[in-house]
Order: sequence, then C-alpha cells, then structure tokens
Amino acid sequence: MKRKLINCFMAVVMAATLFSGCGSQGKTADSSGKSADSTEKSEDTSGSDSGEAEAEAVTTVGPDSGTHMEMWAFVEMHNTFYAKMLEKWNEENPDRQIQITFTTYPFADMHNKMIMALQTGEGAPDLCDIERGQFPNFLQGEVQLYPLNDALEQYEDDLVPSRIEIYSKDGKNYGAPTHVGATVMFYNDEILKKYDIDYTKIKTWDDYTKAAEQLKEASGGKVKMTSVDTGGTDWLWLAMAENKEDWVKKNGKAFIPDAIPQMLKMQQGWLDDDLAMVSPDGQVDLEAGFQNILDGNIASFPKAMWYMSRFLNYMPEEKGKWAMAPCPVFEEGQPRSVGIGGTGTVVTKQSEDPKLAADFITYAKCSKEGCIGIWENLGFDVCNTSVWADPEITQDTSNQYIAFFKTNPFDVLNEIKDEVEAITVNENTFTLGDYLNTTTLNAILQDGSKIDDEIKDAKDYMEVEQD
Amino acid sequence: MAMKLKKFLYSRKAAPYVFVLPFILSFCIFWIYPLFSTVKMSFQSILPGQVEWVGFANYGKLIKDTTFHTAIKNSFTYMLLTIALLIPFPMLFAVMMDGNLVKAKGLWKALLYLPALTSVVISGTLFRLMFSEYATGQMNVILTYLGRDPIAWLKNGTTAMFALLVLCCWRWTGVNMLYFLSGLKGIDKTYYESAEIDGAGAWKKFRYITLPLLKPTTIYVVTISVYAGLSMFLESFMLWNGNTSPKNIGLTIVGYLYKRGIEKNQMGYASAVGLVLLVLALLINVVQLVANGTFKKEVD
Repeated sequence: MKRKLINCFMAVVMAATLFSGCGSQGKTADSSGKSADSTEKSEDTSGSDSGEAEAEAVTTVGPDSGTHMEMWAFVEMHNTFYAKMLEKWNEENPDRQIQITFTTYPFADMHNKMIMALQTGEGAPDLCDIERGQFPNFLQGEVQLYPLNDALEQYEDDLVPSRIEIYSKDGKNYGAPTHVGATVMFYNDEILKKYDIDYTKIKTWDDYTKAAEQLKEASGGKVKMTSVDTGGTDWLWLAMAENKEDWVKKNGKAFIPDAIPQMLKMQQGWLDDDLAMVSPDGQVDLEAGFQNILDGNIASFPKAMWYMSRFLNYMPEEKGKWAMAPCPVFEEGQPRSVGIGGTGTVVTKQSEDPKLAADFITYAKCSKEGCIGIWENLGFDVCNTSVWADPEITQDTSNQYIAFFKTNPFDVLNEIKDEVEAITVNENTFTLGDYLNTTTLNAILQDGSKIDDEIKDAKDYMEVEQD
Repeated sequence: MAMKLKKFLYSRKAAPYVFVLPFILSFCIFWIYPLFSTVKMSFQSILPGQVEWVGFANYGKLIKDTTFHTAIKNSFTYMLLTIALLIPFPMLFAVMMDGNLVKAKGLWKALLYLPALTSVVISGTLFRLMFSEYATGQMNVILTYLGRDPIAWLKNGTTAMFALLVLCCWRWTGVNMLYFLSGLKGIDKTYYESAEIDGAGAWKKFRYITLPLLKPTTIYVVTISVYAGLSMFLESFMLWNGNTSPKNIGLTIVGYLYKRGIEKNQMGYASAVGLVLLVLALLINVVQLVANGTFKKEVD
C-alpha cells in the first residue's frame, strides 16, 4: 500500500518536472537572439519595418540631469534615428531635457516581452515601437497605453489620417506612425529592357501576365516575372485594395473576401505556366529573398515603398537597375496601391512622465523635421504630406534613395496619392493572416492544392475561432 | 531566548521539518500554486484590467480547435516514434558496450553522450541549416550525391518529422544508453555463467536474463520519454526559426500553448491547453505504469 502511494507521488512529481521543463525551455527560446523570420512578422504586414533583427544593442543618449526613460525597438536603425532626434529635442527644449536608454530586441522577443510587461503591469519601457500586425494585441482589454491625441494635435493637419486611425481605439490614438507604406511594383528595368519589355505599358494584370509570357520565351525560362509569397499576405492585400474589399465585417469579424481566391487563382496559374516562382523562404523581405533578387531570378515584385531601404542596405549592387510604378490592376480604374506595414510607437501608462514622452515621440516622428529625418535616414514614404510636396526634398538628387532608383519615388507616390487604400487590422485578422500564412498559401502555392477546398478550410477555421 | 532557540535547533522533532522546508516551500510556490492558478485561469478570459469568468468556454473551444488537434497529433506521433527509436537502439548499444565486442569503449560513450551537452538552440539552428530546402543544404547535398532531387525538408510533414527525429536521436541516444548501461551493471554476472552452462546462446541470454532484469530501467526511460516527447517545444521552435511552421507540421502542444499564451495573449485559453497536456501525460503514464506492474504489491 505504501509503495502504491509512493508511486503515485512519483508520478505527480514527474508531471511537475514536465511543467518546470516548459518554463525553462520558454526562457531559453526567448534569449536565443533569434531574428524575426518570415512568418512571424508576416501576418498582413509581412514586411513590417523590421529587417533581420540585430543582436541586442543598448545605448544611452541625453544628459544625466534629464528625465530618464527606457525605449525598446526591434530595428536598430529606428533606435539610431530616435537618438538623433533626441539630441535635436534636447537642443530645442532646454527646460524639458530627456535621457533615453535605447534597447533593440529581436522582433518576436520584443513584442512578447512587451505584452507580458503590460499584462502584469510591471517592467514596461516608457516608449516602444510596435509593429502594425502586432498592434491589435496591445489594444485588448483595458488599454495600458497613453493616448497621444493631445501631442499629435499640432501636426494633425499634415498627417495622413488613416495612418493614425490604424493605431487607435475608441477615438484615442495610441501610436505615432512611421510611414504610409504605399505598395508599388518594383521592376528590374535592366533585365526587362534586355528582353525588350516596357514596364510602363503594364496597366492590368492581363498585361502583366502577357509580359511574363514574353519574358519566359525571351529568356528561355531563366528569369521569372515575379515570385509569389507563401509566408506573407501582401499580394492578397493588394487584391483586396484593388477590388475595394476588406477582410473585416462591420462587427469586427474577419472573413475571406472574393479578392483573395481571385488573386490566388491568378498566381497558381502563373506557377503552372512557369511564369513565376515561389519566394524562397516565403517572401521577399528576407535574406533568401534578397539573394533571389541579386541573382536576377525575378524581374518584378510588389512591395511597400519602405522596401527601398532594403535595396540600399542589402543589395547595393542593384543601384540604377530598378524602377517603381503603380501596381497593375484587375480592371483599369481600380485603386493601384495599398498601405502595408508600419510601426506605431507607443507611450505606456507605466511611464513616469507620459506627457513628456508623448511630446517627444510625436515630435520625432510626425513633425516635418522628424519626417524629413525619417525619409533621409530610413527612406520611408513618411506620413507628413508636406514633405511630399517640398521640391527641396523631392528633387534632391543627392539623396541616396532618389539617386538609387530609375524613377523618382516621390513621382510615383504623388501619382498614386489618392489610391492608397487601407485594409483593416484587428485581432481577428491577426488570426486569419496567421492561418493563411501557415496553411492556405503553402497548400495552394507550394503543393498546388485546390483553391476552393483550402479557402473552405480557412473559412471553417475562422468560424471556430470567432464564435 | 537564546536557550529557546538552541533548544529548537537541537530538537529532534523540529530538525527534520527544518531540513525539508526548502523543498516543501519551493514545491508549494513553484508547483502547487501555479498548478492551482492554471486551473483557475483555464476558466477565465484574461486581458489587462479585464478578467472574466467564462466557465467551460475555453475547453469547448479546444474541442473544436483543429489547430490544437494538429498539435496533439504531432506531439503524439513524435512521442511514439521517439520511444520506438530511443528504447531499442540505446539498449542495443548498451549491451554492446557491456560486452567484449567493442574496442575503445570510453571514446564511444563520450561520442554518443556529447550531443546531450550541446544547447538545443545551437544544434537546432545547425539542423535547420542542414535540412534547408536549398541544393546547398547538407541533406540535399547527400541526396544529390545519391542521384536524387533536392527536397524541401521542412515544408512537408513526413520529412519534417524525420528531421525532428534525427535531431532527437542524435541528442538523446547517448543519455538513454547510459541509463541502460547502469542498469546492466546491476545484473549479477553469475546468471549469465549459469545460463552458459545450460547452453544458452547470446540471444537467449539477452531475451531471458538481460531484458527482464533491465525492466525497471526500461520503465523509467519510457516514463521520462513520454513526458519529454509530449512536452517537446524547443527543437521545433529552433528548426523552423520560430513557432510557425508551414501547415503547422512542426506545431506541438507546448508550442500551441506558447502561441496562445505568449504570442496571442490568451492566457486563459493557454492554461486550458496546458491542463489538457498535464492530464494526457499523467493518463498515459499511469496506464503504462499499471500495465508494467509498477503499482502491484511486491511479492517477496
């Protein structure tokens, strides 16, 4: 009898070790310094602003006498930029000095840490970059962030309103936006010229497919027109925007609009006809994607304008080869772009002086000065439209981004200015995007499964998730 | 006062309690308390500033959640296959090490044990590169050498499970072998001598002496393998460089718990996932231990 008891006890203790095992494993994973990978940062935002996350880096900027703050980001370049703006702020505001310790974490680690810190009410930084796809997670329940409405007010007239709305709940704006993320088609004009294809003549997807056929014939199948994504939903966003559809119903529930199977059908056709390839590792904003572009395997791909910085940072050899143009559409007259990705910088309620933090971050990201800084340092299509119309900026050929591309980015941006549609992001689309990226896109584009069956599976999944 | 303290410290009655106190405390704080709060949380929806009781809603959702079913299926397949591989082979190696057939035993033991000392984070990353879908990945280089086409190893269920099993066997064969070796050391050599006199061959000796007398070790290894297999997470996390794998082929129960609790901030739902895991693991092991007669009265 005694032995039986002891055995029972042993079994329970072993179960206990099982659980403690989970805990420690989780921790190791956290500290592994892993870079943001395709599927994690993908969701709808697939690209986000993050490149490969750098190893953890910590710097402190500002005088010791200033109010001390902590700031987290998942892209080191962002922190470097904020540090520059902090120096300017301290020069201009001698009575409101700030000292900030900047820490860069890998993408997933930073968001997970931040969620835990807000959930438990302890350990959150004063300021933090949050990627758009992750943002809905931070708006659940009682929002633990400080509203930026007052701080944003003085810049509001020049800002693209939809970029502030995406970081809002119940009329309160919680995130300072970084860019518009207008999607354009990037064309490798050097390759296309070689095979006698004029990208400026491509207006619709039919034109695009025809060009792809021509390219296949002329290059002997060596160069594909594009690569389609199994780990990102950019193409689907574009399709929804062009059809003026959204994947969220009025009640906030996510669903699959017709534009998604429409786009997937076209893409599956391209793959069947050898006109396109599947993006290595799932999408183009990854090292494997950069290599694919460098190898000259693809002649074009749609991506938000912030992808320009990837060319400069990871593919400097491509200088002078690439052009940008509005995306092809299903039928002429449809909107030709969609805003993708983004980072909202938030101030947490745990901050000692949230008002000061809010004033600083809106100055750094939304003032004209700040936006010029973002454009010059990071190459993003900034939200402050007064920058777009300032010839001193747009015609500055010494700017590294303007010099890099065959087309002036601002020409394209001004052309599609009124056509940049917004797609809703909430916690339900987070789930749907996750499912599409892990299951649907792989099944359809990688394995060639039937589109209708896969779409039905996705619909069933979302029904269970949202009931 | 000092006398009282001295009396307390020298008391035969109090001393045992003082000595076990650290264990009792850590057991209560780090196990009993979290266990009960997990049970409580599994009936709640937990958001910052908004904690609500939702009854069995989390469990109801689990039953319909196909992704969770995939996770359970993956964890079970992995557990069964690791047991199928990590019991017979290490046992065989241990018997070989124990016999006189093998030279340089120390070297072999060290070589087989070495992988257990490496970090899964590092070895997982290396395995990810080895199983890469590009023609330059190690496994695909081997395939090309054998005249086959490269495979997208980590995008297909079967090959992905194969990669997980290779990683697991590489890492744990040596450890299990050591368990069996120590079990073998406990078997009296005279049994073998008398069996030889009776004319038993190598197989008969193994079948009728080694195997039955190794049973306690085997039961122990099976029990920990069930837990280890069901709670696997890090290997999959490292192999796919994150918690997301195509079509969820690498998703495990703990991976799903992590996804819900940490990535999606649904602590209540994640707690329900964790409890299901606990119940499953306990159930399997109790059944297994009963079947093996561990709970039977000793007959001496």
